[in-house]
Amino acid sequence: MNPIPESLEKKAQEIILRYPPEHRSAALVPVLLEAQKIVGCLSPDVEAWAAETLGVTPVRVREVISFYGMMHQKPLGKYHIMFCHNVSCSIQGAESLQDYLETKLGIKAGDVSEDGQFSIAAVECLGACGWGPVMLVGEEQFFQLTAEKIDNIIDELRQGRMPHGDTPTPLIGNVGLPTT
Amino acid sequence: MERYLSKHFATPDMRRLSVASKHGAYEMLERALKMEPGEVVELVKASGLRGHGGAGFSAGLKWSFVPKDTFPRYVTVNADESEPGTFKDRLILERDPHLLLEGALICAWAVQAETIYIYIRGEYFYPTKVMDAAIEEARQKGYIGERILGSDFSCQVYTHPGAGMYICGEETGLIESLEGKKGQPRFKPPYYPAAIGLWQAPTIVNNVETLAAVPWVMRLGPEKFASLGTPKSGGTCLASLSGSVKNPGVYEIPMGFPLDELIYELGGGPPNGGKVKAVIPGGSSSPILTAEEAKGIKLDFESVADAGSMLGSAAIIVVDESVSIPQMLYWVLRFYAHESCGQCTQCREGTGWMLRLCKRLLDGKGKMRDIDDLDEIADAPDGTTICAFGPAVSWPTKSYLKKFRHEFEALVKE
Repeated sequence: MNPIPESLEKKAQEIILRYPPEHRSAALVPVLLEAQKIVGCLSPDVEAWAAETLGVTPVRVREVISFYGMMHQKPLGKYHIMFCHNVSCSIQGAESLQDYLETKLGIKAGDVSEDGQFSIAAVECLGACGWGPVMLVGEEQFFQLTAEKIDNIIDELRQGRMPHGDTPTPLIGNVGLPTT
Repeated sequence: MERYLSKHFATPDMRRLSVASKHGAYEMLERALKMEPGEVVELVKASGLRGHGGAGFSAGLKWSFVPKDTFPRYVTVNADESEPGTFKDRLILERDPHLLLEGALICAWAVQAETIYIYIRGEYFYPTKVMDAAIEEARQKGYIGERILGSDFSCQVYTHPGAGMYICGEETGLIESLEGKKGQPRFKPPYYPAAIGLWQAPTIVNNVETLAAVPWVMRLGPEKFASLGTPKSGGTCLASLSGSVKNPGVYEIPMGFPLDELIYELGGGPPNGGKVKAVIPGGSSSPILTAEEAKGIKLDFESVADAGSMLGSAAIIVVDESVSIPQMLYWVLRFYAHESCGQCTQCREGTGWMLRLCKRLLDGKGKMRDIDDLDEIADAPDGTTICAFGPAVSWPTKSYLKKFRHEFEALVKE
């Protein structure tokens, strides 16, 4: 078994404190997400460690990992792209932009590039329908995508730089108007 | 148009407590802590505040269902915002986190809960960061923690991430997920969260917008708050407008606001001189309305229901003539087939089956019979499943087929 990084052990202990001691298993989802971030994926080693740390059966950990869309048993690309293909984004042309992105990176949704740099997942609604089409790269959000905007983002990433996402989420609609 | 929930969205640095305090943050918490918990519940009941997560249930009534003498109790904030078309809660989380925290703390006082979990969908990385920072600031200033503002009331607040499953926005699915399990919904009855929720304890699950309205209920008073909306739905509503419109966005409107005015005046109507063909009034789970049906309706729970759909989370998706309805149904079914939690056969198998039939029609390989089959299979999960996901896939599917059948028939080449 590969050793679990100390930073993960420490983080897990911090997370566990948010829940009553008798319900420490509630920390499972946040701990697994943290593990994925630090280790890269939810390998059998991580599963065994999480079960032990949180006092749950290994099969419970396995079923949680298989249930949640953001949990992965195999490593993703260094830059994992979640591309929304739900209704509002699709009305705004998400599908052809997804094709564009796939062609540009030479991979399909669900794949990881050979050099391990990129992976794409076509995902359901990201809760940004008014700013569509939208995608996440890692933890950064990118809105109102065009082929040109995708070009710029990918160019930056290829040079090892993570561009700053569209945060805070820009105000559109009447909620952006100043009030008296 | 007077705005409340979004009043400070554009105020620079409102997420910082130092700025929020200048605009009265936590004053209503202070006031609430001087009232009896039961009085706060009554006040919220009288305001006509209803859930903005989709079901539209009276917030105060929900709070009153907590059984006497059962402790501990919990408040969970539903920030799983995943209903396709809905994107308003993220702005509250990012732009005015202390408004939400204040509302959640008032709720916790009203139901005497000592822990609040804010369940935020995993993809909301930035909103979660803002929320965590706001919680920390509020803790340092004594709005969260032991003996809040010198009272006997103690309450802790934590964020808890989702991990990419729509069904965790269903309140019992949310609770299962929060307990560290697959987010598979529970049977109701007996598992009404207010009675048997998180770790079997009484738990109030309220949507972000609902709780963010609570300080406004107190500030304006229940009568004034109620009068902003309709006799059956108090206050205002953050409507998410997307799809074929020039000015998509979040619009704070009074409950009962005319849909036409939202689409055409505020939203600017369809781009490129397009014409509206249909409107989805309450997220992808609501039945589609033809342009004709949508004409003249008001945006409150009763009016939209009278028109044959539902207000849901007030996620209005405008569909113009350039969009194919069978193509839209395919996008919607792909979503439901992916997100079914797998507990109930008619939903787990039915969603995939419907998706395959729809795809076959779109590929030009369908038969007339497929349209009827699709309609018939859509009946199966209606009212027969553990949670409302069943009807949420059934109703829209049947409405697309019924109202735009000609578009489906046009795909059949035999």
